[in-house]
Amino acid sequence: MIEIKRLSKTFQTADGKVEALRDVNLTIADGDIYGIIGMSGAGKSTLVRCINMLEHPTEGSVLLDGKDLGALSEKELRGIRRNVTMIFQGFHLLMQRTCLQNICFPLELAGAKRAEAKKRAMELLETVGLPDKANAYPVQLSGGQQQRVAIARALATEPRVLLCDEATSALDPKTTHAILELIQEINRKLGITVIIITHQMSVVEEICNKVAILDDGTVVEEGLVEEVFSHPKSAAARHLVFPDGTTDIQVVSNPGEIPIRVVFNGALAAGAPLITQMAMDKRIAANILGASTRVVGDKVYGNMLLGIPGGQEQVAEAIAYLQSVADVTAEEVSVHA
Amino acid sequence: MLERIFSSEAVKEAWEIVQSEIPFAVWETVYVTVLATAFAIMLGLPLGVMLVAGEKNGVLPLPKPVMHLLNIIINLLRSVPFLILMILVFPLTRLIVGTAVGTTASIVPLVIAAFPFVARLVEGSLREINPSIIEAAQSMGASPMQIVLKVMIPESVPSLISNATIAITTILGYSAMSGIIGGGGLGKIAINYGYYRYKYLVMLIAVVLLILLVQMFQSIGTRLAVRMDKRLKNKV
Repeated sequence: MIEIKRLSKTFQTADGKVEALRDVNLTIADGDIYGIIGMSGAGKSTLVRCINMLEHPTEGSVLLDGKDLGALSEKELRGIRRNVTMIFQGFHLLMQRTCLQNICFPLELAGAKRAEAKKRAMELLETVGLPDKANAYPVQLSGGQQQRVAIARALATEPRVLLCDEATSALDPKTTHAILELIQEINRKLGITVIIITHQMSVVEEICNKVAILDDGTVVEEGLVEEVFSHPKSAAARHLVFPDGTTDIQVVSNPGEIPIRVVFNGALAAGAPLITQMAMDKRIAANILGASTRVVGDKVYGNMLLGIPGGQEQVAEAIAYLQSVADVTAEEVSVHA
Repeated sequence: MLERIFSSEAVKEAWEIVQSEIPFAVWETVYVTVLATAFAIMLGLPLGVMLVAGEKNGVLPLPKPVMHLLNIIINLLRSVPFLILMILVFPLTRLIVGTAVGTTASIVPLVIAAFPFVARLVEGSLREINPSIIEAAQSMGASPMQIVLKVMIPESVPSLISNATIAITTILGYSAMSGIIGGGGLGKIAINYGYYRYKYLVMLIAVVLLILLVQMFQSIGTRLAVRMDKRLKNKV
């Protein structure tokens, strides 16, 4: 378990003090895939570097299974870093070493025997799906393959925690998906706790079970992914969940139609073509004026603006129909000039 | 003028000198250059590492005064003209070699002149490394010494070889100057016959041989640097 308590980090720059992190409190349980999401400059990278003490916090503490990492000597920290390893956006492999030698590197640092290190490295190449690339140099690999080697390298010392610093941000969507799958598999099979730093909603949605939203150096929201994403309370969270703008759609209306707003609050997305169903059941031909919805897991969040023709009676009927669906609410909205 | 340089008499005379003295002079030049470069690297490499690793944000920060002193010494030695330096280090040369003149003695001022230069070259090579790679090594629990020996130096090997080539060709040029203090080699031949005794053809031959030596060192160095660089794709 990792506990981050009252963590603050201030950088001294030429222009004065910069507060990168302010009073961050997080608890990450064993086996979690914990997402830390935020915009550029929110302090994500600083936070993840405080977890393995590459950056020493100005205030507060990081506890790994109750052990205060801030109190350890550099030498003890080097031992901890074999237990809390890291992968990066830029992969950061040693370019003059083969893949196999790259994976052997942390084992060499730990003083492992050459033959044993090699054997373990070969197994890891197998794990990440690149058994034929042992003697290839990083330059001969694609970005996704390089990240696989980096993951193998990070697993070499059998860590308990894997820190991922924007590990998929340099990859295309398909490769991102494959890498995330690999990370998930590692989490499940080896029971490694994973902490994922990202600015991509999709990454958190895809594999994280918990998420913390970081904005301007503080945690503005945290909890289970579905909960945080379904009720984004803070402005930062709403901005991440609905990057294209606010959740409220501008009300517009066509002559002869009365606009109603339908709010999806975690309705099941699968097998529920709601508007079509309404047209068939109630013979109400709703006109979709606008929609801002998002699927998280298998649930829909967001809202939709419908234009209902045929007067008040139809509107009442439509609202009643929509209200009857679980986790959906509907109401008439007035048109602003 | 040209007729005088290439007159049959001059050619015959030059040929005799070439046969009797040039092979040994080439050997002396190579011997002095290679030895001086080797010593200069032995001194300059650790200093170059210190210049980078010892910085405030380096992997092994050294006290500020130490870094200051290091920089001052290097800059000072690099500013003294080689001709003057050769004479200034006479006492040191006598201490080390036993005499201040001669071929072997000329290695001492060459090393003194070259090691600060090598330190700066090494510094330049090591600064080319992506700091993120060093951070990655730290995140894996590498100690400062391991970072220097297993990351910084191995990762900059191609650049270090290129710079070693620059060093050896520069030292070769300097070694020609040491003919003044009795250092042997092609420089001495060029000065003694060409400059003092107006045998320009001999001077010309010595200079051409120096050029060939530089070309040789350079192409070996370049080829080696390319071959060692695993970042280059598509090579045979």
